[in-house]
Amino acid sequence: MTLLEEKQLSFAEETKYATTEHHEPSGLVKWLTSTDHKVIGKSYMFTALVLMLIGGAMALIMRMQLTSQHSSLLSLQQYNELFTMHGSIMIYLFVGPFAFGGLANYVVPLQIGAPDMAFPRLNALSYWLYLGGSIIMLLGFFTASGAADFGWVAYAPLSSAVNSPGAGPDAWIAALILTGFSAIFTGVNLVTTIFYLRAPGMTMFRMPIFVWNMLVTAILILIAFPVLTSALIMLYADRHFGMHIFSVKGGGVPVLWQNLFWFWGHPEVYILALPFFGVVTEIIPAFSKKPIFGYKGMVFATLAIAALSTGVWGHHMFTTGVVLLPFFSLMSLLIAVPTGIKFFNWIATMWGGQITFTTPMLMCIGFLITFLMGGLTGMFLASPPVDFQMHDTYFVVAHFHDVIFALVLAAMGALYYWWPKMFGWYLNDKIGKIQFWVLFIGVNATVIPWYILGLHGMPRRVAVYKVGMGWHALNIAATVGADITGLSFLIFLLNIYLSWDKKVKAPSNPWDAGTLEWFTSSPPPTHNFTRIPPIRSERPVWDFNHPDAIAIAAHGQESPLANGRSPSDGSNGYAQKDTALGSPKAGTTGMDKSS
Amino acid sequence: MACYTANANSKYGNEIIEERNVERTHWNGLKHFKRAIGAGGLVALLAIVLSACNLPAFGGYKGATTQGHDTHMLYAWLVVAAIVVGGITLALILWAVFRYRKKSDAIPRQFQYHIPLEITYTVIPIIIVLIVFFFTVSVENKVDAVSSHPYVKIKVTAFQWGWNFDYPQLHIDVHGVTLQNPEMVLPTGKTARITLVSADVVHGFYVRQFNFSRYAQPGVTNVFDLTVRHSGTYQGQCTQFCGLYHAEMLFRVKSVPPAQFWAWVHQEQAAGHSKVVSQLPSPVVKVRSTNSRTKI
Repeated sequence: MTLLEEKQLSFAEETKYATTEHHEPSGLVKWLTSTDHKVIGKSYMFTALVLMLIGGAMALIMRMQLTSQHSSLLSLQQYNELFTMHGSIMIYLFVGPFAFGGLANYVVPLQIGAPDMAFPRLNALSYWLYLGGSIIMLLGFFTASGAADFGWVAYAPLSSAVNSPGAGPDAWIAALILTGFSAIFTGVNLVTTIFYLRAPGMTMFRMPIFVWNMLVTAILILIAFPVLTSALIMLYADRHFGMHIFSVKGGGVPVLWQNLFWFWGHPEVYILALPFFGVVTEIIPAFSKKPIFGYKGMVFATLAIAALSTGVWGHHMFTTGVVLLPFFSLMSLLIAVPTGIKFFNWIATMWGGQITFTTPMLMCIGFLITFLMGGLTGMFLASPPVDFQMHDTYFVVAHFHDVIFALVLAAMGALYYWWPKMFGWYLNDKIGKIQFWVLFIGVNATVIPWYILGLHGMPRRVAVYKVGMGWHALNIAATVGADITGLSFLIFLLNIYLSWDKKVKAPSNPWDAGTLEWFTSSPPPTHNFTRIPPIRSERPVWDFNHPDAIAIAAHGQESPLANGRSPSDGSNGYAQKDTALGSPKAGTTGMDKSS
Repeated sequence: MACYTANANSKYGNEIIEERNVERTHWNGLKHFKRAIGAGGLVALLAIVLSACNLPAFGGYKGATTQGHDTHMLYAWLVVAAIVVGGITLALILWAVFRYRKKSDAIPRQFQYHIPLEITYTVIPIIIVLIVFFFTVSVENKVDAVSSHPYVKIKVTAFQWGWNFDYPQLHIDVHGVTLQNPEMVLPTGKTARITLVSADVVHGFYVRQFNFSRYAQPGVTNVFDLTVRHSGTYQGQCTQFCGLYHAEMLFRVKSVPPAQFWAWVHQEQAAGHSKVVSQLPSPVVKVRSTNSRTKI
């Protein structure tokens, strides 16, 4: 109960708190010195979004190159550098850090009722390592050799000092070692925070699904990232100290790199995806006015995905001829089962609800449809013979861009959903809806031609392609799609500007959502909470605001969460008895939703 | 079965009865949901179990080799399964989205669990996965099978940036870099044993009409069979990114009837395009200027 007691502040103490907050630094000094998880989280998200725009611009330049078979817009070398850096920025520096650095940092402590992360200074170090690593990676363009040009997977021995000499590839390796440590520190921080800083009453099975997913993501980070970081150190040693770990001539094994890389690489897919599964699992119930369907099934599905994801790296190596095909095939196919459970749970959550189509909800529906497509095509690639056909063609490119674009849709949903909490004002919903449709149409217009291109045998990572193969028109279609996708992000920037220009102030709980972050003010005070409602389910704020509409366990039975008391017995619930923190009607309780 | 009791003071007080009726529909709706999933799973199961007839190509190639044709059949059936599973899921999503859009301020029934339903949509995907896995393994075994008596043996060496096709028994060696598009000649209807190696970095041997690709890797020797069904010339290309000229690392496979194949062999041997010991290609720097022993 220590946390609760800590929070039982007298009026005088609260005023004192308020005054200290008032004297905290602001602006640049605040950004440079802060260990507040909310500031670090926002810094992460801002940095990641800037990097996404840079990586996206690279993609558009590449798409322009591919509109003709022998375009001279880019040299082969420039194209190779661009697709390497595009992939590296998007995977290493945007999607992951946005999710586990940005969203998790901001949302997890608020959702579990904690004042900050467990190790605030380590958290700041994570961000600065990430920012430093990102800058070093981009600086690769300014070296004599140019940026790294061996693909974001850096297969040995193409990434050796002989085949890819120069400082650009070294900068790439150094950058990933730094961001690798950043990710590991964030993983440690998240696990510790979630295990030790939950508010009283928040048992594991009362954590919001987003927190569950971040816990599992953090564990996956701790399993996978040390492998990547050490493999990169080995690669660096190979390049500079003649270690010959990955070169045949020195008795090394080149294919070891692929094994190590994908042992990180496939859990990484779920390190990217699980946080956004969590986002969707927060947003869909909030806008369906229902609890998440099959909460426990959702948790076990997440754990199953994580467990299976550590045993499927071989499906990236089916065509190497050195992996056991049936094992990796079965493990990969089986991931469809927990993912299917999640899908049906999301659908059943909407089933019988009162759905409002705000921008976050639309983004989530867009996520469902896009991820469905990406997931189904994943089944093809999990089947080795079909993978022999598709491997390294545009089909694979289409498949994983479908998946990543689904996550981007969810990320946009997350921004629209938590924006009022982070800044205290809304993003414009009308412009948001326009952005959704432009993004959704753009994404599909990009990937559908890619699927067909892949079936027609166009290989990935080529700047020029043979005339008469039937690929030209489809490439033009994909470029148009990519441009539409790019436009949607301009609309997003415009929305930020217009919404900032004419701020519409947001209450503490604008969406009538259920998790703890909606109980505190928007934006929250430095130490997050001055009061916390009793926590009897995964959506304590909903229970607090709707004491007569708590979740039903199963088959029409009342939920056990009311300690055996039926909410219909007229006692009006547990709120009065258990609210140690003062009257629920006073202060920032989220009751102002009606205002 | 009390679902939730609206507060007597609430503005919904008068609507309790009506709301309960709505809730009843929702509950039945969930049963429909369960049935829809069950029926869908059954259709998917039937679709896969039913033996192959004339499926469309679904945008792919029907496979110019016997191995590639087996792969194509698996691909086509996977498309059928994906359309069924994806169609049902998409229909459920869209139905939920359109049917349950907000109609009033009433708070919907707060149901959270339905164990039989959850078990249903766990077990059906497992069954589908096991069926897919069964067919995957049987096709995989056919594609990866290596004949004990191949008609012709070819050693394919990929290098930065070109291909070398060596017929060790016939003392023929075809060598070509990038856009020279070297040609590997095969006898139609006969089994060719390909031994695939790399001289430097990882490359990908890929012919789109064969529905097949395999890495050429330093330190690894890959062996596979190709049995071309129809005579013709097929464009191939390196698919695994291998450095600067990866995009131009082309080759062709020309399949001709056995008689013509042997005519080609004798012609090559007479023309002196043969060598006793196949050499590894020249070092990277010189490759661009090499153009001897090229068949285009």
